[in-house]
Amino acid sequence: MKKNLIIIGAGTAGTMMANKLNRRLDTGQWQITIIDRDNTHYYQPGFLFIPFGIYQPKDVVKTRTEFLPEDVTFLTDEVEQIEGELNQLRLKSGDVLDYDILIIATGAEIAPQETPGLKEELWYKDIFDFYTYEGAVKLAQKLKDWKGGRLVINLAETQIKCPVAPLEFTFLADAYFTDKGMRHLVDIKYVTPLSGAFTKPKATQMLNGLMEEKEIEVVPDFYLASVDNEKKVIVSYDEKEVPFDLLITIPVNKGDMMIEKSGIGDEDGLNFVPTDKFSLQSKKFKNVFVIGDTTNIPASKAGSVAHFEAEILTENIQSFINNKPLKATFDGHANCFIETGHGKAALIDFNYDTEPLPGKFPLPAIGPMDLLKATRANHVGKLAFKWVYWHMLLTGKKLPVTTHMSMTGKIKEENKETSLV
Amino acid sequence: METAITNQALATNTEGYLLDYTQWTPDWGIEVARMYVIELTDKHWEILEWLRQKQAEGVALSIRKVGNSGITDIKQFYRLFPGGPLKISSKIAGIPKPVSCI
Ligand SMILES: Cc1cc2nc3c(=O)[nH]c(=O)nc-3n(C[C@H](O)[C@H](O)[C@H](O)COP(=O)(O)OP(=O)(O)OC[C@H]3O[C@@H](n4cnc5c(N)ncnc54)[C@H](O)[C@@H]3O)c2cc1C
Repeated sequence: MKKNLIIIGAGTAGTMMANKLNRRLDTGQWQITIIDRDNTHYYQPGFLFIPFGIYQPKDVVKTRTEFLPEDVTFLTDEVEQIEGELNQLRLKSGDVLDYDILIIATGAEIAPQETPGLKEELWYKDIFDFYTYEGAVKLAQKLKDWKGGRLVINLAETQIKCPVAPLEFTFLADAYFTDKGMRHLVDIKYVTPLSGAFTKPKATQMLNGLMEEKEIEVVPDFYLASVDNEKKVIVSYDEKEVPFDLLITIPVNKGDMMIEKSGIGDEDGLNFVPTDKFSLQSKKFKNVFVIGDTTNIPASKAGSVAHFEAEILTENIQSFINNKPLKATFDGHANCFIETGHGKAALIDFNYDTEPLPGKFPLPAIGPMDLLKATRANHVGKLAFKWVYWHMLLTGKKLPVTTHMSMTGKIKEENKETSLV
Repeated sequence: METAITNQALATNTEGYLLDYTQWTPDWGIEVARMYVIELTDKHWEILEWLRQKQAEGVALSIRKVGNSGITDIKQFYRLFPGGPLKISSKIAGIPKPVSCI
């Protein structure tokens, strides 16, 4: 009888793993199964562009099965519970599945219900998210006829997927209202629990500068406690208030409820799974691995990160099967374009130990891109990511970017010299 | 860098966070708290002990984790350590400055 490798979640990370493992495992010995609730795959990075009419809703939707290899079994079902001690999954349909190896790739979702007042009277009237398909599409309609006023972009938490997306939204909003000739009617505030526009010093400096240039006020150290629908203000835990006419919220992000039900979530109650940050093995069960947004590792929750993780995890799963030590180590590598509006974007490349630095990022065939600097070439790169995502990333093809972060082209503050490592 | 705020000088970083949390003493905590005009109550101590325990377990801390600890909630945490509750309480507890990972 074949052994079972089961992947929960056929999003970015799960789909990549299904493709890679299908090529690398002996399919005579291993049956690979992937489970998701439905057969709709959204290109989530595209949600950013929908509110501004840059992408149409149809641009970001495809089926899951068209990216899955034929040998892999796709089940439309929902995992209700992982029983790690029994190596079993309980499904919503009532089925029980046994696994030899499990990969959890269940992502993160917004949880507006965590904040009192957020998902009440004003939800999808004057309060919108753009982290879901529905939110992004509804916001596009709202922005079309909005007459202006106080626009507040607020992050409810620091641990969110694509931590740069709220910044990009803010810059694109500035450009959108400028192009409509109504920027003077819109007061834009960026309200964040961080002490600046971003976490790492050099990127923060660059991004704070862009905010200033675009006359966007950054309100730092604001940790959202509740929303007052009547007064139309957001309230922090230390009782600061910021009034809004239109609130763009990035609600608390959480892992799937199934994680909580299975008793395998982290202590903060956000349902992310404690994971070894180097090997991507779960901290609780040796035959359970975790990838993508649903890990609790200190790396960005981004598709590019999931891609680098997938390279590492594919190796480690092969080692695990062959009873060898899990030698491949993830370094926290993230590579993100940041749209800055008016056809420009910046690029950041960093890992657990190295913050985003200025300099050049080498890309074979396409040529070097500027790091931490808004350029047209980076914007073209950002838009090209959609094609790369559908045609290369999901199907697990090799991308022209190293798995581990490289210092080539990066400039360290101290010597201002291009590093040659 | 060394900082002498009790009768002993301990190694800290430039922001005043202890480099080695095992060197910490309650007196050190009391003196750091005084710089923030915080008088440490039993509740404060309970939180500080919890933070030190988590540090020893190698757990990465966040405000939400403190709020979920069963010892306090986020609102009270802000009242007890006004300004930046996790940054300030970590400094008082002698553990490293919490890092945001993104
Ligand atoms: C607005 C926005 C902009 C972004 N921009 C970028 C960007 O520019 N660049 C970038 O690299 N990344 C970006 N991202 C992040 C990127 O989309 C995610 O990091 C990536 O999709 C994570 O992949 P994942 O597989 O972990 O999760 P997902 O792709 O979300 O997949 C998780 C899957 O698990 C399924 N699932 C969950 N629970 C269960 C269950 N119990 N049973 C069965 N199935 C389940 C879900 O249905 C889902 O299909 C952006 C995200 C957003 C929201």
